[in-house]
Amino acid sequence: MRFAVLVFPGTWSDWDCVYALENLGQVAERVWHKESSLDEYDGVILPGGFSYGDHLRCGAIARFSPVMSALERFAGTGKPIFGSCNGFQILCEAGLLPGVLLRNASLQFRCQPQELTVERNDTGFSSSCRPGQIVQLPISHGEGQYFASPEVLDELEDAGRVLFRYSGENPNGSLRDIAGIVNPMGNVLGMMPHPERASDPLLGGTDGNYIWRSMIERWG
Amino acid sequence: MTTVPAPNDAPPAEVDDDVLAQIALSRDEYQLACEMLGRAPSDVELGMIGALWSEHCGYKHSRPLFHHFPTEDERILTNLGEENAGAIDIGGGWVAVMKIESHNHPSAIEPYEGAATGVGGIVRDIFAMGAQPIALLDSLRFGPLEDRRNRRLCVGVVAGIGGYGNCLGIPTVGGELIIGDAYSSNPLVNAMCLGIAPRGSLLSATAGPPGTQLMIVGADTGRDGLHGATFASVELDESSAERRPAVQVGNPFLEKSLMDACVGLVRDHRDWLEGLQDCGAAGITSSTVEMAERAGAGIRIQTQQVPRRESGMTPYEVMLSESQERMIAAVKPEHVGDVQAWFEHWDLHAEVIGDVTDDGIARVFDGESEVGAAPVSVMTSPPAYTPYAERDAESAARAAWDPSTLPDLAPPDANDVLLRLLASPNIASKRWVYRQYDHMVGTNTVVTPGSDAAVLRIRGLKQGLAVCTDGPGRAVELDPYAGAARAVAEAARNIACSGARPVAVTDCLNFANPERPPIYYQLSQSIRGMADACRALGTPVVSGNASLYNESEDGPVTPTPVVGMLGIIADVTKAVRMAFQDDGDEIWLLGSRPDPDASTLGGSEYLSIVHGLSAGPVAVDLEAESALVDALVDAAEAGLLKSAHDCSDGGLAVALAESAIAGEVGATVELGSVERVDAALFGEAGARAVISVAAGESARLAAMASRHGVAATRIGTVGGDQLRLGSINTPLSEAADVWNSALSDLLDS
Repeated sequence: MRFAVLVFPGTWSDWDCVYALENLGQVAERVWHKESSLDEYDGVILPGGFSYGDHLRCGAIARFSPVMSALERFAGTGKPIFGSCNGFQILCEAGLLPGVLLRNASLQFRCQPQELTVERNDTGFSSSCRPGQIVQLPISHGEGQYFASPEVLDELEDAGRVLFRYSGENPNGSLRDIAGIVNPMGNVLGMMPHPERASDPLLGGTDGNYIWRSMIERWG
Repeated sequence: MTTVPAPNDAPPAEVDDDVLAQIALSRDEYQLACEMLGRAPSDVELGMIGALWSEHCGYKHSRPLFHHFPTEDERILTNLGEENAGAIDIGGGWVAVMKIESHNHPSAIEPYEGAATGVGGIVRDIFAMGAQPIALLDSLRFGPLEDRRNRRLCVGVVAGIGGYGNCLGIPTVGGELIIGDAYSSNPLVNAMCLGIAPRGSLLSATAGPPGTQLMIVGADTGRDGLHGATFASVELDESSAERRPAVQVGNPFLEKSLMDACVGLVRDHRDWLEGLQDCGAAGITSSTVEMAERAGAGIRIQTQQVPRRESGMTPYEVMLSESQERMIAAVKPEHVGDVQAWFEHWDLHAEVIGDVTDDGIARVFDGESEVGAAPVSVMTSPPAYTPYAERDAESAARAAWDPSTLPDLAPPDANDVLLRLLASPNIASKRWVYRQYDHMVGTNTVVTPGSDAAVLRIRGLKQGLAVCTDGPGRAVELDPYAGAARAVAEAARNIACSGARPVAVTDCLNFANPERPPIYYQLSQSIRGMADACRALGTPVVSGNASLYNESEDGPVTPTPVVGMLGIIADVTKAVRMAFQDDGDEIWLLGSRPDPDASTLGGSEYLSIVHGLSAGPVAVDLEAESALVDALVDAAEAGLLKSAHDCSDGGLAVALAESAIAGEVGATVELGSVERVDAALFGEAGARAVISVAAGESARLAAMASRHGVAATRIGTVGGDQLRLGSINTPLSEAADVWNSALSDLLDS
C-alpha cells in the first residue's frame, strides 16, 4: 500500500510511522499539511505530536490546514484513515470522529506501556487480533481523556464502534475506558496509544503490527 | 590597543553603583573596561560588556581551571569551549554532539518556565551545529520534599521539562533526582542534550568572512529576559522574586519548527551558510559577538531591523533581550533570499539585522546613529580570577570522622533499614518523574529510563549510544577531589553496566560563590578530581557549563559537579539492563572489596538516612574503576551479562534489591561472615557492580574478570519471590511496593 503520513507544524511521530510501515514492506510518504490532494494514496496516517503546539486546543488549528478538506473527501471514499494521539485529537476536532480529548484526569503527562483490550476483530483495523485479545502499546499524552455525551457514548457502544479499551488502570480518566473508536463506515480509526512505538522487537514489543497488518490485509 | 572614537551618544562620565550592580560588574572591572577601550563605554557598550563579562558568559572564575581537563583524543572533533557543543566521532560515518547546561536561578523563582527554557536553550545549542537532537537528560536537585515549597519546585520543574521537551519530539531518556537540605532555596536544574549528524556535516558558530549577512530567525524580540545572564551570576536573595521578569517564557512549538527548519537547512543547503548560533544568554549580544570572535572579524548590527514584539524598545534592550527561540544565521550574501524562503516553509520569518566587517569592531546602530562601537576582542576578554582557596574546617572535620566508631547494625534490623533506604527519594524509583516525559518518541530508545544508562539506537548503524548523568554532591562536599572523581567513575560504571564503552564527558559545575575561599577550594579541587578521573577512564571533556553563585540567605548549595557521559555500545542489540531475568541465574559481585570495612560508609545514604550524618571518608580508586569498566564491556560484548547494575547509593543491598524489583524475581544471596553488617550491606565502596549470568557461565566470567584483574565473587542465585540477602529476608513484593511508591507518595500528596 501507499500511505500518506500527514505532517503539521509540531507533528513528531511522522518518521516513526514511516519506519513502522516501511518495515512491513509498505510505501509511506510524509505529506506536508499545505498539500491539497490525497488522491494518489491508499491510506492516510495522522501521527502524534503537538500540531501548532496544542495552542487554543489540541487539534483545533490543524483542522483548518489545507490538507483537511482533502482528508474529508478521502474519508468518503472508504479508504482507511488512522489517527493516533494528536491525530485522534485532530480527527475529533475535524468532526470525522465524535467526542473530544480532555486533559488527563491526573493533570499530568503520561508516557508508559499500556494494556488495551481489543473489543472486536471483525474490522479493517483489528482483523489480525483475536477477539478480546490484550495488546500492549505505549501511550504518551497529556490530553487523552476521551469525553462525549452519554447519548454519543451509547451510540458508539451500540454500533460496536469502540475498538480499543484501556485494560487495568485507566491512565487518563477516559469515559468507559475508551482508547480508540471508529467512524460509522469503519474506515476512520482514532486512538490515543502509539502502535508505531510497538513495531520493532528491539524496542520491546511488536503488538502495533497487529493494527498495520490488519489495515494492509483489508485495504492492501 | 585600538582606541575607538566615542559613539554618537555621549558616554556617561561617571557610572552609578546601581548601574554596575544591575549588570553585576565590579568597579574594578568597569575601570578595566575603560582602560581597554581607552574611554568610558556608552550605555549600550556597558550593557554588552556586562553581559559578556558575567560569570555565566565569561567564566571568570572557572576558565583558569579548565586546562586541567583532558580534552582530546582520536574521537574528539571539537575544541573545548569553541563551539556550541562538543562533537565525538562515533564511527560508521556519524558524529554525536552533546552538552549540558544549568538553568538553576530561573527555576528557583519560576520553576515551570525556568526549567522549560533550560531545555529549549540546550536543544538550540545542539541544532545550532546542524545536528539532530535525539535525547534529553535532566539532572535535578531539590530540598527535602516534606517541605511544601520544595514540592512545588520539584513538581513545577518536572512539568516544565515535560511541557517543553514533550512538545519537541525529543525523548527525555535519563537523568537524576537527588534531594538534599542545601538545595532548598537553590534547586539545581541541569539539562543535557545529545544529537547526531553525519560526519563532515557539522556547522561552526562563526560569522564568516566580511560581507556575510547576519540574519535573525524565530521569535520576535521582546523585553523578556533582560539581564538574565547577570541574574545567573549573582546569589539569590529575598529580592530575587522581583527578578521574575528576567525569566523567559518558552514557546516549544516555535522551537520545534525552528529545529526542523535549521536541521533541514544544514542538511540540504549547508553551502548557503557560514555559521549558525543560538541566541541564548545575553541574546543578540553574545551570539553575534562570539561569532565575530571566532571569525576574527567585526560586525555591524542595525537594531531597528530586529523584529520586535513590543514597541518603544531601546537599542540596549534589543541587544540584551533574552527572548527565547531565536537563532542567528551567518548567510552568504547571495543566499539571503534562499534562506528567507526556506524558513517561510515553516512559517518562520528570517530578517537581515547586520553584516560582518573586517575592522574587528562590534558596531551597534539605532537607525543612522551609532550607539556602540567596541572592539570584539575587548568584549570577549573578561578578566580571569584565581581566588584564594582554603578548605572549610567544619567539612574537613566531618570527612575525617571515622565511621568505625559507630556501633554496627544489629542483623535483625537490616530488613527495616533496607526498606527505609528503598523509600529514600534518592534511591526510590523515579517513575513518577519519567512517566511525565515522553521517553520513546523517535523510536530509538532501546533501554528506557530506570536502568543505569539509557541506550539509543541509530538507524542503520550496528553500534548504539549510551548516556547518563551523575553528580554525587554529598561526597563532593566531604571531599571535593575524590567526590568529583567519583562522579566520573559512577557515570562510567553506569555506561559500562549498559554494555557500552565510556567515550566522552560534558560537565555542569554547580557551585556557590567562588569568591569565598572554601567555595573556590571546592571548585578547584573538583575540577582536578574530575580531570584525573576523565584521564584514567579515557573520557575527555568535550563541553560544559559553570553555574556559580548558587547560594541564598540559607547558605551555599552543596557543591555539585554533574557529569554527563556518552558511551558507545558496539552492538546495540546486546544492550544490558539492570533487571534480573531468570530463575537459576547466578549473581556475581564484580570489583573490589567483597567484605568492605566501615570506611566505605563515608558519605553514604545509610549514614544519612539511619544516623542523620553526612560524614566520613570518600575514597576513589581510579585504576580499579577503569579495570571494572573494561571487564563489564568485555563481558557484555561476549553476551555473558543477563543483567548488570552499578553498586553505589545504598550499597550492595540496594543494588541487589533494585535488580530484583526491576526483574520482578527474587534473589538469594549469602555474604558469609563479614567484618561489619552495615558496611557489607550498605557501604558504598566504589568500583563494584552486581551482575547476573546464566548458570554454567561461571568459568567464562571468572576468566574474563581475572584477565582484567577484577575480583569476581559468586554471591547468590536469582529466583523465588523473596529477597534474601544475608540477614535480610523480605517478600519481594513488599520491597517493590516501597520502592515504586515512595516518590509519588511524597509528591502527589
